[in-house]
Amino acid sequence: MSEAPDLPLWAALLVSVLVLLGAVIALIGSIGLLRLPDFYSRVHAPSLGATVGAGCLLVGSMICFSVLQGRMLVHELLIALFLTITTPVTLMLLARAALHRDRVERNGDAPERDPEPIDIA
Amino acid sequence: MSVLILSWSLTLAQIMLAVSMGLCAVRFLRGPRAQDRILGLDTLYVNAMLMLITIGIGSGTTLYFEAALLIGTLGFVATVAMAKFLMRGEVIE
Amino acid sequence: MSLIRRVLPFPLMFLALVVMWLLLKQSVAPGTVLFGALVAFGGTWAMVALDPPPARLRRPRAVLQLAGRVFIDVFRSNLAVGRIILGEAERRTHAGFMSLRLEMTDRYGLAVLAIILTCTPGTQWVSYDPSRGTLLLHVLDLVDELEWAELIKLRYEVLLREIFE
Repeated sequence: MSEAPDLPLWAALLVSVLVLLGAVIALIGSIGLLRLPDFYSRVHAPSLGATVGAGCLLVGSMICFSVLQGRMLVHELLIALFLTITTPVTLMLLARAALHRDRVERNGDAPERDPEPIDIA
Repeated sequence: MSVLILSWSLTLAQIMLAVSMGLCAVRFLRGPRAQDRILGLDTLYVNAMLMLITIGIGSGTTLYFEAALLIGTLGFVATVAMAKFLMRGEVIE
Repeated sequence: MSLIRRVLPFPLMFLALVVMWLLLKQSVAPGTVLFGALVAFGGTWAMVALDPPPARLRRPRAVLQLAGRVFIDVFRSNLAVGRIILGEAERRTHAGFMSLRLEMTDRYGLAVLAIILTCTPGTQWVSYDPSRGTLLLHVLDLVDELEWAELIKLRYEVLLREIFE
């Protein structure tokens, strides 16, 4: 059982709900990492925890510390900003690396050539 | 009362995050290919960061914020370096 | 305007760096603001050495509109992907690659589109071919390619072109 700060009841309830929701979403993302059948599908899984999962936890943390210290404390925004910039970079690089490797090896996991592009006027 | 509610939900959240870290570790160990392992490791880092945030809420101090930011940065740099390595076989071109 | 530009080559970036500094220090005391301004000043001048291609942000209303759309779509796609992950195994077999042609050529617009598409679970930006203007995507729920292409073109690209081009 972990310790917890003494918040007013409404704040405690709000923070609890946000923390639990964030953890559940991160957990679903990790389950996806295990259950999805191939690498390119699995790339989609981590972005669950990194977007809404992290968002809920960070908003919970913001509310908790703002109420505790009696002033706006929103430094968690930095983590949110950092995550929104880094997650796409890592996932994109990984997907491209995997595509490159699969195409060099010609193992059939990735299409040899790009599919015909769709045009919408 | 409010301490009890918050401490229970924080404990529950920490258990869930620990389980998801475990699932990432399973993906890391199982592979089957190097890119799967790196993806597992990257998600492990993000989950560890979220875990630190919940610990920070529990402690009531903002000390854990820096730790969370640091672990995020380290995870990002490590993953990018490894993905780069996968693509070319060399980290620095 | 030109005087500001001469002292501060990237005024928006200067502001962003000051705000970042204040968030890191968790205070708005005058000393912190002053030191933050100093750090941001150094940061913006370091940026001059990198010489980034000029970016123009236009139509702040479109920026807000886009932010609202992305916010809603992130929630929506989280729900959709969560269902796919927890649902029956058959639902996880519709994933596939698709490609579409983009009219946008602005680098910053493409970067923002890449962040949007990758941050919303369910779509993954894989690669962009600047010579042909085509984008390769991986989609988790690829039942109707045309629907996804329309979503990206009409929901994001139109606004992004308004903002950056």
